[in-house]
Amino acid sequence: MTLVEGHKQIAPDTAVPVWDTDPYDLEVLVDPYDWWADLRAKGDVVYIPRYSALMVGRYETTKKVFSDHENFLSSRGVGLDDFALSKPWRPPSIILEVDPPDHTKTRKVMSRAMSPKVAKALGEDFRQTADALVDEILEKGEIEAVVEFAEAFPTTVFPKAVGMTIVNKRHLVDYGAMVFNSIGPDNELRKDATTRVPEVARWIMEACDRSRLTDDGMGALLFEAADAGDITAEEASLLVRSFLSAGVDTTVTGIGNALWCLANNPAEWEALKADPSLTRPAFEEVLRYTSPVHTFCRTSGRDTEISGIPVEEGTKVICSLGSANMDPEKWGDPENFRVARKPVGHLAFGVGIHGCVGQNIARAELDAVLGALIAKVDRIEWTGDPVWRPNNAIHALDRLPLRFIAK
Amino acid sequence: MVKVTYVQPDGTEVEVEGNEGDSVMATAIANDVDGIVAECGGSMMCATCHCYVNEAWTDRTGERHEGEEDMLECAAAEVRDTSRLSCQIVLTPDLDGLRVQVPEAQV
Repeated sequence: MTLVEGHKQIAPDTAVPVWDTDPYDLEVLVDPYDWWADLRAKGDVVYIPRYSALMVGRYETTKKVFSDHENFLSSRGVGLDDFALSKPWRPPSIILEVDPPDHTKTRKVMSRAMSPKVAKALGEDFRQTADALVDEILEKGEIEAVVEFAEAFPTTVFPKAVGMTIVNKRHLVDYGAMVFNSIGPDNELRKDATTRVPEVARWIMEACDRSRLTDDGMGALLFEAADAGDITAEEASLLVRSFLSAGVDTTVTGIGNALWCLANNPAEWEALKADPSLTRPAFEEVLRYTSPVHTFCRTSGRDTEISGIPVEEGTKVICSLGSANMDPEKWGDPENFRVARKPVGHLAFGVGIHGCVGQNIARAELDAVLGALIAKVDRIEWTGDPVWRPNNAIHALDRLPLRFIAK
Repeated sequence: MVKVTYVQPDGTEVEVEGNEGDSVMATAIANDVDGIVAECGGSMMCATCHCYVNEAWTDRTGERHEGEEDMLECAAAEVRDTSRLSCQIVLTPDLDGLRVQVPEAQV
C-alpha cells in the first residue's frame, strides 16, 4: 500500500472538487482567512492531492463530520498519520486519540476532574492571579503581551490547579506547541518540534508522576479515580499528560487572541467595559473569530459518505474548525468581531464526544483575565505590529506589542 | 414543527416552533429565548442549559442520559427531579406542546 504522510493514498470520488493547495503552507497558517473562504467556496468537501486527503470547512459539514464518531474515528490519530498503518510519534493519548468504549471511561474521569464545579472552585485563585498580573502590567505600561501576559497567566495558575510540584514554564508552553505541530504533515514545523520532543517529553512524563503531584489538585482527582479502580495508575499519568499538552498552550493562545481582538476593535472593548455581563460571551466570540485550534483530522473507519459523496475506508478528513467558525451561511457577518454575538455552537472547542474536556477551566481562566482587564484597564493600544506564529493546528500569536492604560 | 413553551422564572411564557431532531436547547438559542445559555454548545460539558420539564411531560422526555447527572450536579440553580439539560432533549412529534421552565440562574 502506498502511504502519503503516514496514511493510505485514496482515489477520491469524481464528484469531489480537486484543489491543488497546501493547507499547512506557512502563509496560510499565518493568515488563513482568505484561504478559508476559498475552501468553503469549493464545496462541502474537497480533495487535497498533496496530502491525498479530503478537507471540510463549511460549518454544517464540519460539524457533522466532527460529531460522527462512529464513521470518523479519532483512534487512528487526529493528525495526518493513520495509527493503524504507521507508528505514532508518542504513545497515543487515551482520551484524544481513542474511540468508545475506551474513550467513554477516560472521558468520564476527565470531565469529573474538570467539571464546572471544579472550575468554579478554582475561580478565586484565577481572579487573584489575574488581578495581580494586570496590576503588574499597568505598572510596566508597555509590554510584549505573548510572553508577559498570555504565557504568564496559564503557566502560573494551571500547574497549581493540576497540583504540579515541579514547574518549567518554557517546557509547559512548548510541549503543547510540539504536540500540535506533530499532528500536521512532515513539514519544517513538525521537524522542528520532533527534534525537541525527547527532552521536553521526558520532563513532562516525570512531572506527571504521582510522586510529583500534590494531593489536592486535578491530578490527584485522576489518581483517586485510579485508586477507585475506574482507571489504572498508568492511565492516570497519561491523563495528567493530557492536561499539560492540551491545557497550557491552548489557553495561552486564547488569552493572546483575546488581546488581539480587543486591541483591534476598540469599540467592542468599550462595549465590554460598559457591560461586564458580556465577559463570558466575549470570550466565545474570541474563540469563534480566531479558532485557537484551527484544524484537526478524523479517519473514516469504514466506507461512508460526506454530503452524499462516497468516502472510502481509511480516508483522512482534515476538518477546518477555523473555516467553519467563519462561515457566513452560519454566522451572517462572521468577519465582524462582536462581543455581544453569543456564538453558541462555534466549533473552537470541537463538538460531540471529543468536545474539549477542559473547556470549563479555559472559560474560568478567561473570565478571570477579562474581568481583571475590564476592572482596571481603560485602553489597550498597539505599540507595534502583531505577529502570528504558524503552527499545524494552533492559530496563535508570536508577538503582541501592546500598551495598557489604567482607568 | 414541534411547539415548545419556555416559562421564565417570573412566569412569562414564550411559545416557539422547533424542528424535529433539534434539541430543546438549540430551539431556545435559535429563538433567542432568555435564560438558556448553553456555553458548551451541546457537548454535555457544562450545565448552563438546565431546565425543569413540566411534570405532565417528564414521561415523554424520558430519563437523564449517561453523564447528564454529573453535569446537573454543577448546575447554578436548584436541581429537582424534573431537572434536565435541555441539550439532551431532542424534539420528536411526540413532544409537540412541550413545556419547560427556565431556572433562576445558569452560571
